[in-house]
Amino acid sequence: MKSTRLAMIVVAVVVLGVGASSAAGSTRAAKKNVTISVASLIPGSTPEAIKQFNAQVAEFEKKNPTIKVKPVEYQWTAPTFAAKLAAGTLPTVFEVPFTDARTLGDRGQLANLTPYFKKLPYHKKYNKAVLAEGTDAKGQIIALPKGAYAQALHYNRALFKQAGLNPNKPPTTWAQIRKDARIISQKTGKPGYVEMAKNDNTAGWILTSVVYSLGGRMEKGTGTHAKATLNNKYTVKALNMLKAMRWTDNSMGSNFDLGWSDINQAFAAGQVGMYISGSDVYTNLVQAYNVNSSIYGLTTVPLAKNAKAGVLGGGTLAAVRPKVNKVQLSAAMKWISFFYEQPLVSKKQAIRNAKTLVANHQPVGVPALPLFNKKQYNLANKWIKPYINVPLGHMKPFLNGIFKQKLIPEPAASTQSVYNALNAVVESVLTNQNTNVGQMLQQANAQAQAAIKQGS
Amino acid sequence: MTTVDQPREPALSSERGLSRSYARPRRTPLTWVRGGGLAAFLFLVPLLFVFGAFSWYPIVRTAIMAFQHTNLVEAPTWVGFQNFAAVWHDPLFRVAVKNTAYFALLALLFGYPIPLMAAVLMSEVRKRRGVYSVLAFLPVVIPPVVGVLLWKTFYDASSLGVFNTILHWVGLGPYPWLQSQQWAMPSLVLYSTWANAGATIIIYLAALIGVNPELYEAASVDGAGVLRKVWHITLPQIRGVLLVTLILQIIGTAQVFLEPYLFTSGGPNNATLTVLLLIYNYAFANSLGGNYGLATALSLMLAGFLVVFSLVYLRATRSWSTR
Repeated sequence: MKSTRLAMIVVAVVVLGVGASSAAGSTRAAKKNVTISVASLIPGSTPEAIKQFNAQVAEFEKKNPTIKVKPVEYQWTAPTFAAKLAAGTLPTVFEVPFTDARTLGDRGQLANLTPYFKKLPYHKKYNKAVLAEGTDAKGQIIALPKGAYAQALHYNRALFKQAGLNPNKPPTTWAQIRKDARIISQKTGKPGYVEMAKNDNTAGWILTSVVYSLGGRMEKGTGTHAKATLNNKYTVKALNMLKAMRWTDNSMGSNFDLGWSDINQAFAAGQVGMYISGSDVYTNLVQAYNVNSSIYGLTTVPLAKNAKAGVLGGGTLAAVRPKVNKVQLSAAMKWISFFYEQPLVSKKQAIRNAKTLVANHQPVGVPALPLFNKKQYNLANKWIKPYINVPLGHMKPFLNGIFKQKLIPEPAASTQSVYNALNAVVESVLTNQNTNVGQMLQQANAQAQAAIKQGS
Repeated sequence: MTTVDQPREPALSSERGLSRSYARPRRTPLTWVRGGGLAAFLFLVPLLFVFGAFSWYPIVRTAIMAFQHTNLVEAPTWVGFQNFAAVWHDPLFRVAVKNTAYFALLALLFGYPIPLMAAVLMSEVRKRRGVYSVLAFLPVVIPPVVGVLLWKTFYDASSLGVFNTILHWVGLGPYPWLQSQQWAMPSLVLYSTWANAGATIIIYLAALIGVNPELYEAASVDGAGVLRKVWHITLPQIRGVLLVTLILQIIGTAQVFLEPYLFTSGGPNNATLTVLLLIYNYAFANSLGGNYGLATALSLMLAGFLVVFSLVYLRATRSWSTR
């Protein structure tokens, strides 16, 4: 009897003990810290830029004490992204270009953000065209916009002056670009016009931008049934223009293997007269290369007098790794909302964000295209107006012209493969005077068509 | 009968007699442990694990993947020899093979004799030989990425580039170096020779120490000059090492990746696209996920070629290297 009583006491103690510990466990779970890694700045960013980012992380962690944010240096490039994607080493929150998000989402390589997206108080204010870039074939939201750009012509005002050109009157036609490039090259000894020509797909990206501005397109239709049209007459025209600037005018310098970062670096160092890149590049020029704002000028890419001529537009989205648990996913969404979206929709956050950037000598007011509706876009610009520290006067030619230009999205089918096929053609034109443009474009077209058919 | 058989196999009979006298004890697990078998096995386990995990398993996975279509996310599908056929019909495959062969040829013409000549000259130097060895070996210890960045400034195609400035002093250039389809590959070979010659020089210097000095003295007595001594004594004496370094160089150049990847990314216009860089491009050039089937198929093709080439080479040179 005694032993039975003892056994009952032991059982009761054990049961109570387990109950108590599980209750304590659940309390702990509620307070448990969750760690997420997030894409931060590109490698080589200035200490001020890093300080500014860390200040934002600290502010977020203060607001969300259960979440720990681990910043990871990040720069999207085609080869490194593919390797990290395959290896599963991307940060919890990372960035992808408009061209890739939908395909990655359809393949289940991005987390489904829809339930969290619908809880965002501002989710109905998104620019529908931009939001579509982060929506997969099932209608699920798999990425939220970080920024949208239109291709623009960046120019060095100091070199314009040195060459006797008026920096307040940048070129408005391709013929003027060619002429100004020749003058800059002759008068300053610096390349007048430089193009990204690296075979990391930036060569194809910029050539496509030039072809759009002349009225051409790289494909017709969508999906695996799209028809590659790389060898259209406008591509031939664009390449012949490039050939003339390189070999006849000798106004493009002597280095033809510059990628996105390389050309920004060269520009910030005063080694480039003009180049085409996204309208938001000024941020990188400051964050990574501390560009002298007095030399910076921004204008629109000249469009040919052709109904189909337009400016290439693109952008970046923030996405989440698919294999994360619900707690991490929720934390990741909070970060996306805090870091990428709220500065555009919340007055308090917009002003706080602008103040942090200004305090760390980072740019505020870099021209970008609206991620939300036009009303919200104007409102956000009004909030940050007192803090704008970018040389808006030097960007006037762009700001006055961009909303009059027709915005054309990047080729929809196998975008990176289309750019990849064009890389060799651009490289050849710039490094071999006797390049047979027609023949090379035919080969590139066949290569792109095969990729489109395979959906790769 | 036994008396007839015995004279035919005297040695065997004698061995049999010995084996009867000293019969081996029966091997049991206990004797194996006592004999040090377990200790040897335990020492072997980490090695087996490391090789298994990092060498053999990837090789087996590569061989399997070469027959699959996979993006490492979705389930793979078996495609038989389709990947091999696709590689074979890819126009870039021929370009890559041609470029790799060109690199190997240039490296053989310049990269092979230069370390040998340097080693012979250094072995003749009586003073400060250590300093020369250090200077020759220094490029080997410089991290390749640092070396490439350094040489990129040397190869700057403008008239302000280091090489172009130097050449300008003697009335030459400027040359386009990496920015020209013609010049890019020789430029890579030049860097590669600089970067790798030191290791080969050290091997040759070690081999030259083994050459009997009396041979040179005898040759001097016979009136032989430096070149005749090198041709008739040095080269035959170190021929074994020469053959090994030659095959290693050929295998190394067939797998050249670092130089084209870091200097030119295979450009301009695929002028420096090598087989290994093509494998890399198949796997990683597309941000939406690479074609790992094609990449592994080409890897197997390259490995197969190098195995066959090495066997033929070793067989062809066996008599010469052991004579």
